[in-house]
Amino acid sequence: MIRLVTDDLRPPGEPPKRHLLSVADLTRDDVERLLGTARTFAASLERHVKKLPTLKGHLVVNLFYESSTRTSSSFELAAKRLSADTLTVKSTGSSVDKGESLRDTALTLGAYDPDVIVIRHPQIGAPQLVARVTEAHVVNAGDGKQQHPTQALLDLYTLQQELGRLEGLHVAIVGDVLHSRVARSLLQAFALVGIRTTLVGPPALLPRELPAETTTDIAAIRDADVVYVLRMQNERMQPGANYVPSLREYTARWGITPERLRPGQRVMHPGPMNRGVEIDAAVADSPRSLVIDEVRSGLVVRMAVLYDVLTGGPVGVRALAAAEVA
Amino acid sequence: MLWQKETPGANVVIRGARVLDPAEGVDARLDVRIDDGTIVAVAEQVDANEHRVIEAEGLVLAPAFVDPHVHLRTPGREDEETVASGTAAAAAGGYCAILAMPNTEPVVDSAATLGSLVETARREAEVPVGFLAAISRGQQGEELTEMAELTDAGAVAFSDDGVPVASAGLMRRALQYASITGRPLALHCEEPTLSRGGHVHEGRVAAELGFAGYPSVAESVAVERDLSLAGYERGRVHVLHLSAAESVEALARARAAGVEASGEATPHHLVLTDDAVRSLDPNVKMNPPLRAERDRVALLEAVRDGTIEAIATDHAPHAAQEKDVPFEAAPFGVTGLETAFGALYTHLVRPGLLPLATLLERMSGGPARIFGLERPRVAAGARANLVLLDLEREWRVGERPFRSRSGNSWLLGARLGGDVRMTLAGGAVVFE
Repeated sequence: MIRLVTDDLRPPGEPPKRHLLSVADLTRDDVERLLGTARTFAASLERHVKKLPTLKGHLVVNLFYESSTRTSSSFELAAKRLSADTLTVKSTGSSVDKGESLRDTALTLGAYDPDVIVIRHPQIGAPQLVARVTEAHVVNAGDGKQQHPTQALLDLYTLQQELGRLEGLHVAIVGDVLHSRVARSLLQAFALVGIRTTLVGPPALLPRELPAETTTDIAAIRDADVVYVLRMQNERMQPGANYVPSLREYTARWGITPERLRPGQRVMHPGPMNRGVEIDAAVADSPRSLVIDEVRSGLVVRMAVLYDVLTGGPVGVRALAAAEVA
Repeated sequence: MLWQKETPGANVVIRGARVLDPAEGVDARLDVRIDDGTIVAVAEQVDANEHRVIEAEGLVLAPAFVDPHVHLRTPGREDEETVASGTAAAAAGGYCAILAMPNTEPVVDSAATLGSLVETARREAEVPVGFLAAISRGQQGEELTEMAELTDAGAVAFSDDGVPVASAGLMRRALQYASITGRPLALHCEEPTLSRGGHVHEGRVAAELGFAGYPSVAESVAVERDLSLAGYERGRVHVLHLSAAESVEALARARAAGVEASGEATPHHLVLTDDAVRSLDPNVKMNPPLRAERDRVALLEAVRDGTIEAIATDHAPHAAQEKDVPFEAAPFGVTGLETAFGALYTHLVRPGLLPLATLLERMSGGPARIFGLERPRVAAGARANLVLLDLEREWRVGERPFRSRSGNSWLLGARLGGDVRMTLAGGAVVFE
C-alpha cells in the first residue's frame, strides 16, 4: 500500500483540540471513562436540585441541519444541567436558508468563541469541516450516514445499566443498515467492548463489506440477548430505488413482532419509531422495550461527553492534519 | 489540430543531459541543439554558436508529455481555469500538448463554439492545445452533433466526458457516423442506474463510512457494452479514466479480439486507493472514484504491459468555495497537470513498480498515437517538444503557487521527488 508522505500543517506546539467526531477515534478506556462519568451525573440528577455548576461560563452551540427531537433536546438539557450557556441554531429560519455555506456559518458562530459546537448535518464529514475552521471543541451529533457517536455511547450505557454487563453480550441489529449511522457507530462501539453483533435485514440494505456477521434470515435474532431495531428510513429511500418491494413486504419479513422474540429478550430502538413498520406497537410498549431508558441515558451520556471534551483525558482526540491522505 | 499562441522558436543548446527517448531507442549522455524551434543536432558534442547554453548535467531530457484529458473550463467557468492558465499549468507539468474536453458551458457541440475556442487558443495558449467536441448536442445523449463539420473546424476527437452516453442506440449511431471523420470516440463509461447517488467506490471504506457506493460494475458493464458496439461497428474508441480491474480485463479482451480500442489511466487511480477517502478530504473525490488495491494493481499492470497506452490527468479544476464543503456536497474532480510526473515518478518509478522509460512513453508517445498527433521526439528534424527532468529534486506540492487557477490537488502538502525543470513546446521555451 502506497502512503503519501504528508506533514501536519498545524502550528507546532499547539495540542490538538479534543473532539468527539467518531466512535472510531475512541479507545475502550475512553468509553469506560465516559460511562463512569455518566453514572456520576446520573446520581446527581436524583437530587432535588438537578443543576451542577460544572460548566458555568462555558458556551455550547447546538447547530442542527436536520430535524431532531431526542438528540437536540438532550444536548441542550445536558448543557443546561451543567450550567453552560446554550445557543441553538437550526438550519431552517437561519441564513442557511439564504444559501450560506457550512464553512461560513461555522465561522460566524465561531466568532462568539463557543467552547463546544454540537453539530448534526446530513452530509458525511461536516463535523470535521467545522473542527477545521473553528476553535471550538466539536461533538458530532450525527453526520449523514456515517456516525452518531453519542447514540452509540448512550446505548452502551443503557445496556450496562439494564443487563449489568457489556462484554459477551450478543446484539442483533435489524433493518436498514445501509442508511444507518446508528448501526455504523454501534458496530464500532460493540467491537470495542466485546459485544457480538449480527446484522439482519433485506439484502440490498446490508452492505456486504461491513466487518460483521450478516444474514437476511430474521430467525437469526433468536440467538441474541438484545434485538436492536433500526428505523426504516423512508426519507432516505429514493423513489424507484427498490431496496425492498414495499414497506408491507418489509414488515411481513423483518418487522419485530412479539411472536418473533423469545422470552427474556430485550428490544432497543434509536427512535423515532415507525410503529407497525419495523416494530410492532405491542413490542414497543412492552416491558422488554428499553426505548425510554435510552432517552434517559442520552441526557447523562451527553452531559458526560460535554464534560469530557472540555476537561477530561484524551477522549477521541483526532489530529486534524490538513492533508490526511494515506 | 493543435493551436498555440505565436511564440518565437527557441535557439538553445542543452548540454550534457541524459537523453531518453524510448521510441527512438536513445538513452545516452548527449547534447541537443535547437535552431529556431527545431532540433538540428543530437550528438555527443554540438556547437553552441550564439545560442543560449543550458547546462543539463545530471538531468534527463525526454520527449515532452501529451495529456489527452484536460478540463480547461472555458467557456463558462473562467474563474476555475482559462486556456491561458490551463496551458501554463501544462507547461509547468512538462506537457507540450493537451487536449481539452468539451463539457463546458456552453458545451462544445457546434463549429461556432469550437471556432471561438480555437481563436482563444491562438491568442492565449502557452502550449499547443487541441479540442474534443461533444458526441451529443449539449451532451444530452439524444441527438448527434454535426461531427463532420466539427472535424473540419478542428475537433481532435469526440466525447461526452463528464457524463456517459447512456443510450446504447445512440452510441451505435455515434460509432457509425464518426467513422467518416476518422476521429476516435473518447468514452466516459458509466452505467448511471448503477452509479447514481454514489460518491465513493462501493467497498469496505464506503460501507464503514456510510457513503453511497459507486460500484466497479457501474464502469465495467458500460466498458463491455461500448467495446462490444465498437467491435460490431468497427469503430475506434478510447476508454477514458479506467478505474476498475474488470474494465481493464474487458479492454484487454477486446484488443486481443481486434477491436480498435485504447485506454487511459490517471495518476490518482494509479497511486491512491479508496482508503484515501477516510480523510474525508474533498480533494480525493473524483469520478470514477478511487477503487480498491486490486484495481490499482490491475491498472498498473496494464500500464506496464501496454494494454493501457496513455496516462491522462483528467485535470479538473474547481473553485475553492465549491470544494471546501463536506465531501458529499463537493463536485467530482481534481487537478493534475502540475503534479503528474512527480507523483508517478515518486510512487511508481522510484519503488521499482514501473520503468522510467515506460512512464515516459505512456505520458507522451502513447497518447499522441491514440489521437493522431505528431509524436514528440528527441531527434534531428523534429520540432522541439522536450522536457528537462530533475529526478533528484525533492519538493512539496503547494510550495510554489499553482499556475492553474484552481488548487484542488489530491497531493496538496505531499512531498514528491522528481520535478520538471524546463519545457519546450511547439519549438518555444514555455517553462523553466
